[in-house]
Amino acid sequence: MIEGLLLGIHTALSLKNMLMIFGGCIVGTFIGMLPGLGPMSIIAIMIPVAISLGDPAAALILLAGVYYGAIFGGSTSSILINAPGVASTVATSFDGYPLTRQGKAGKALTIAAISSFAGGTIGAILLLFFAPTLASVALLFHSSEYFALMVVGLSAIAAFAGSGQVFKALLMTIAGLVLATIGEGAQFNMPRFTMGIMDLQSGIGFITLAMAMFAIPETLFLVLDPARSGKASDKQSEISNLRITREEAKKIAPVVGRQSIQGFLIGVMPGAGATIASFLGYAVERNIAQKDEREEFGKGSVKGLAAPESANNAACTGSFVPLLTLGIPGSGTTAILLGALIALNVSPGPRLMQDQPDIFWSVIISMYIGNVVLLILNLPLIPYIAKVLTVPRTFLIPFILFFTLMGAYIGQNNATELLFLVGMGVAATILRFASYPLAPLLIGFILGPMLEDNFSRATQLHDGIGFIWERPMTAVLLLAAIILIVLPPLRSRAKQKS
Amino acid sequence: MALDRWIALIIALVFLIYGHTAFFGMDDLLPPILKRNPIWPSTFPKILSVVGVLAAIVVILNVEKSAKQVGDDMDISKWRDYRLSDAVVLIVGMMAYALSLRSLGFLAATFLFLALGGLLLGERRFWLLVPVASVASYGIWYLVDSILGIYMTPYPAFLGR
Repeated sequence: MIEGLLLGIHTALSLKNMLMIFGGCIVGTFIGMLPGLGPMSIIAIMIPVAISLGDPAAALILLAGVYYGAIFGGSTSSILINAPGVASTVATSFDGYPLTRQGKAGKALTIAAISSFAGGTIGAILLLFFAPTLASVALLFHSSEYFALMVVGLSAIAAFAGSGQVFKALLMTIAGLVLATIGEGAQFNMPRFTMGIMDLQSGIGFITLAMAMFAIPETLFLVLDPARSGKASDKQSEISNLRITREEAKKIAPVVGRQSIQGFLIGVMPGAGATIASFLGYAVERNIAQKDEREEFGKGSVKGLAAPESANNAACTGSFVPLLTLGIPGSGTTAILLGALIALNVSPGPRLMQDQPDIFWSVIISMYIGNVVLLILNLPLIPYIAKVLTVPRTFLIPFILFFTLMGAYIGQNNATELLFLVGMGVAATILRFASYPLAPLLIGFILGPMLEDNFSRATQLHDGIGFIWERPMTAVLLLAAIILIVLPPLRSRAKQKS
Repeated sequence: MALDRWIALIIALVFLIYGHTAFFGMDDLLPPILKRNPIWPSTFPKILSVVGVLAAIVVILNVEKSAKQVGDDMDISKWRDYRLSDAVVLIVGMMAYALSLRSLGFLAATFLFLALGGLLLGERRFWLLVPVASVASYGIWYLVDSILGIYMTPYPAFLGR
């Protein structure tokens, strides 16, 4: 591990990769601050740039920097204008925005930055110990266990989708798996479901689908409802005072510690992610707070702000554990990262640590550096970065749509891909209106070929589907997957009856 | 019936067509040597279509009562309050941009998309809109063409490359 760490430090501290960290954090913060644009859209837009680098380590470091920056940027718009770009920063606005209204915007941003830094750093330390252990266990897995593990991962993503959403999420996951079967797969070397369309021979582009699922619906929502853009107006002048008192620091320290660990553990679970971590973190801290402090929650409590901030950043780090060690993305964002890695001929999984240790360790080290960069660079720059909130939507929206179209065009270089992007984007917007979660679709699409590949290998190895009952670990995992899908709806029905 | 259940019905129909193709349209084309394999190209799609249709039926029947997701504040019932026409025109604009990239060339198509997009959304400061759209069109073309090395036709087709 020490050798790996040193290799990671050496790789991450190279001039090129340091530039990637700085660039990623700044770009992520700037774009993440724009209301309506979440980390998934930003990463999807940045993928063509990352792939053009041609260096998997640099690409992943850039995208991880963008991810952290976007989370931090999203918190800033939540605090300043009460416009959380994504669900994971909604809890931040509960106490962040009241603090801004009290004229303490600078203080709120400092607390958010420090809590995010602590959450990310504690998460990165935990990742350092969790990831190699899990990777060494995963090396014992055969293709049948991998298949079962992916089924568990996909089921967990559906199971954690929320009350009343489990089967909708499952439906979206299957839709993603179905879309992944279109085209000429490497395994069978024959076209499937192309409907005679030449452009579908190579399958649907992952970048196109990612853009269609996230960037287009979010931008169209900004067009449909201008109020989502929020207003920066008079908040600029209140940002300059960034100080927090020693008493406030003492108050938030235990909250940050607790929520970083809890957030990380939630982030490790596929499907749970930063949103659940931030809401749960907020709820736990409110419940355990003393009565007088509890009444402050929702009115500008520093604890209420620190809890979701540290939890969501730690959860983001935690979501890298299944990605790096099992090759299974636990969230939409890590699914996009996985897609980018596959495009760069890197296969994340237990062998990544052995076969490409420079990538594995440099990503972990870059997380530490990224957190430090975010703190020392963004905190003093907040008053200037926040000016991006004043960009009028009349310029912002056409530019976002243009970059979305460009991302897909550069990737495939044909106009049909753009028409497909627009069509899928409109379909995704309608699905969002009907409260269908879209991340499971993308995760299903990315995991589809791997799932089919492992299923095929296991079937060929055992000359049929006998592996399901012949290998106990596979049977247990598949049983767990069924329980994960069936249990939440049964519990909610029982709750409704009682 | 609520929108989510209508959508589930459409998805179920798509899965049925997909399943029909997998069950009855793929195996005949398979070379005899591949038929000896325990797994065929249609195996996985067959499983997906069955599971997909079952999941869609659960949503259509509303077995699991729907609840709105946290943070999802767009409501279809308020569609009259939304700027639907702006969104439709922008979608048409995106399609027009896709179709005109080759014929008009990157510079003109991008300039028109950015300028008309801003105009549609209510921007009337032409002294700002025109230079921003012009500089962005040329700047991005230069970045993509010269720095990323990806060729994109800059001028209209009738002017040649």
